[in-house]
Amino acid sequence: MTFGWTHLMGATALVAAGLTGVGAGTLSLTPTAALAEEIKQGGTMTVTYKDDVSTLDPAIGYDWQNWSMIKSLFDGLMDYDPGTTDLTTDLAESYTVSEDGRTYTFKLREGVMFHNGREMTAADVKYSLDRVVNPETQSPGAGFYDSIEGFAAASAGEADGLSGVEVVDDYTVRFTLSRPDAPFLHKLALNFAHVVPKEAVEEWGADFGKHPVGTGAFKLAEWTLGQRVVFERNPDYYHEGIPRLDRIVFEVGQEPIVATLRLQRGEVDIAGDGIPPAKFLEVTQDPQYADFIVKGNQLHTGYVTMNTRMEPFDDPAVRKAVNMAINKDRIVRIINGRATPANQPLPPLMPGYAEDYEGYPYDPEAARALLAEAGLADGFPTELFVANTDPQPRIAQAIQQDLAEIGIRASIKSLAQSNVIAAGGEEDQAPMIWSGGMAWIADYPDPSNFYGPILGCGGAVPGGWNWAWYCNADLDAKAAEADAMADPAQADARIQMWRDIYLSVMEDAPWVPVFNEQRYTLRSPVLGGDDALFVDPVHVPVHYDYVYRTDVQ
Amino acid sequence: MAAYIARRLLQAVLILIGVSFVTFVLLYLVPADPARQIAGRSATAETVANIRAQLGLDQPFYVQYGRYFMNMIQGDLGRSYLQKTEVAALIAARLPATLQLMAGALFFELLLGLTTGILAALKRGTAIDNALMVGSFIGVSAPQFVVGILLLYVFAVQLGWFPIGGYGTLAHLVLPAITLGILGAGWYSRMMRSSMLDVLRQDYIRTARAKGLDRARVVVRHALPNAILPVIAMIGIDIGLFMSGIVVVESVFGWPGIGQLAWQAIQRVDIPIIMGVTLVSAVAIVLGNLLADLIAPFIDPRIKLR
Repeated sequence: MTFGWTHLMGATALVAAGLTGVGAGTLSLTPTAALAEEIKQGGTMTVTYKDDVSTLDPAIGYDWQNWSMIKSLFDGLMDYDPGTTDLTTDLAESYTVSEDGRTYTFKLREGVMFHNGREMTAADVKYSLDRVVNPETQSPGAGFYDSIEGFAAASAGEADGLSGVEVVDDYTVRFTLSRPDAPFLHKLALNFAHVVPKEAVEEWGADFGKHPVGTGAFKLAEWTLGQRVVFERNPDYYHEGIPRLDRIVFEVGQEPIVATLRLQRGEVDIAGDGIPPAKFLEVTQDPQYADFIVKGNQLHTGYVTMNTRMEPFDDPAVRKAVNMAINKDRIVRIINGRATPANQPLPPLMPGYAEDYEGYPYDPEAARALLAEAGLADGFPTELFVANTDPQPRIAQAIQQDLAEIGIRASIKSLAQSNVIAAGGEEDQAPMIWSGGMAWIADYPDPSNFYGPILGCGGAVPGGWNWAWYCNADLDAKAAEADAMADPAQADARIQMWRDIYLSVMEDAPWVPVFNEQRYTLRSPVLGGDDALFVDPVHVPVHYDYVYRTDVQ
Repeated sequence: MAAYIARRLLQAVLILIGVSFVTFVLLYLVPADPARQIAGRSATAETVANIRAQLGLDQPFYVQYGRYFMNMIQGDLGRSYLQKTEVAALIAARLPATLQLMAGALFFELLLGLTTGILAALKRGTAIDNALMVGSFIGVSAPQFVVGILLLYVFAVQLGWFPIGGYGTLAHLVLPAITLGILGAGWYSRMMRSSMLDVLRQDYIRTARAKGLDRARVVVRHALPNAILPVIAMIGIDIGLFMSGIVVVESVFGWPGIGQLAWQAIQRVDIPIIMGVTLVSAVAIVLGNLLADLIAPFIDPRIKLR
């Protein structure tokens, strides 16, 4: 997920551990855990952001700031239990999956109202998915739905919608897939599949993102460009007792450092951009802030890519040497310990993470020996590309020093993020890239989401995100095989398969996995709710629908 | 006069076309691909290509600029790539805040610059003069982001006299206006001092004093009105200076004006917004200069507009 690669280092995250299997048969779940307590509704919460809210159109919004805002305004067939990555039904009451894993039939909840007062039906579900894949919409998420039958024609603008999405009756909708797609239910939980009313989309046209109408817990009350966005409780929301707050005020244009100060004064409840790196130590070690910080894990890996098509990184021995040369513990110290060292592409909480894998040890001597074996006893000059926002250049300097230890003379190319991304997308531009600030964060909690675009052959194309230009056809075939295992009985075997795929990747060593970032949310002590809600894997910075004010209880 | 204004306005239009062209070329050369920026990284190559085609980014440069130009002269600045809102609407929503900030800064810099300049001139050569001139030098050279953060820290965080950033009341305006105006205040102070010294040296001042008028009356009634005029003519040019300052000041204080809009757009390579704000700034600078030139003959009748 892009989740705003302009300001990724910090408060971002998606997913933790989760349900990856999909159910044949019927499954019906509600987020019961969060509903069990009796919590009074009321009060206002103020959230600050540095940047303007870009759009609240679920088909288009794709940065970490609007992602959870959209989730509070709209709903999809599937969702996750608050604070977890456990799939549940949401607008769907139940669903069935056919034996061959190619037909999904959803029974919709009845009586769900859009904010404009009209009842949501199966036709709206179909309309919303047709809209996302329609090229006119320019949705960044269209590609997620390529397993639905009729995708090619619809996304090319040749057909009127997806032939694989059928309205059976007002409360039943059926999806037919062209191939089994194990993570399909996760894809239906993405914002892109959230349900929008046709009449409102047509009324506002390109401005629908400024006038969103959904079925969600909140509805838009005010949007003053450049200043604030106000959400108001949807009194007709179908989850009883939700949302807990009456209003959320999003103030934009607030520097994170200013937000931190205002939060301490009680003027702000959530600093949306998190703790600024320059203030991190001060804030985390200051006892005054002890009640303000919630810490959690996130599904993020920071890594160094080595371009496998550029000399001398086309030699796996050289890439392995680099893997052994980098002192990850020191890098973690540089960012004040807000991460844990990594040894494989998947983060620890992702299903498929290999607990028992030890990875390449930090061993400069062995690294030097490997280089000598590869005929590079004197080392070689190279370039390390890095985004130019703190703390990335400092991390790059540490890597530079580590490389110098084994004779690799890396010069640092510190550029604007968009330029680094552009260089990575060219086959012969960037020998090494430190991914910080642009690193991959999963769209949904399934190991497959960490592979295709960043390690698969499909991503090793001009403009792609596979900056190592790594392409292993055997692994691609295994990945396809794994994702065809949609039968829940095979779920464990599938995860095992993914685990092996990532360990095979490490054999070829196109990356140096460096660390997994942790997430820190800065919130006012007046806000209540389980800590998990404040580091919710799907809702960043917090789960807006479920947190509450303790002073109205 | 009318012919002069017409000619200057025509020149202004040409300048703006030039600015739009140069900005467009520069943004065209930026290696970032807006289509990829919009699509995000989970997008397929087809999605990116489709977005590129819809935005016309696959067209040759002259076609892209030609289209932009035709829309621009009809007042259509396009839609933001990321916010999907019309750029004209985004700028219009933020312009009042910027104008407010500029008015506040102008008020502050005139108040501070003129008083200190007059005082320094009257106390010429004394410790007061020296102190004021050192002060104005610091004002001219201090980077705005340092001044802004310093003021914020001392007066908002430590003393709590003003809100920590934001927008809405007069109290919110004070610190950003001072930050934006402090540079101009330094300039005005130095200009006012030398202008005042010039006038005080004139024969008619000596005559007035010789007639026995008291010093205060001579300064206020005879010297000041003449000394202040060349300074006032600078206000037009000041608007140009403000335009470069608002990006920093608005970002530091979270002031919802077009400078902050520009800053966000630059970070996200949102080209239509960068173009739009650049054009608006260019208009302000061109009009400011025109204003300064128009005021000049009223101040000094020896200047003729031709």
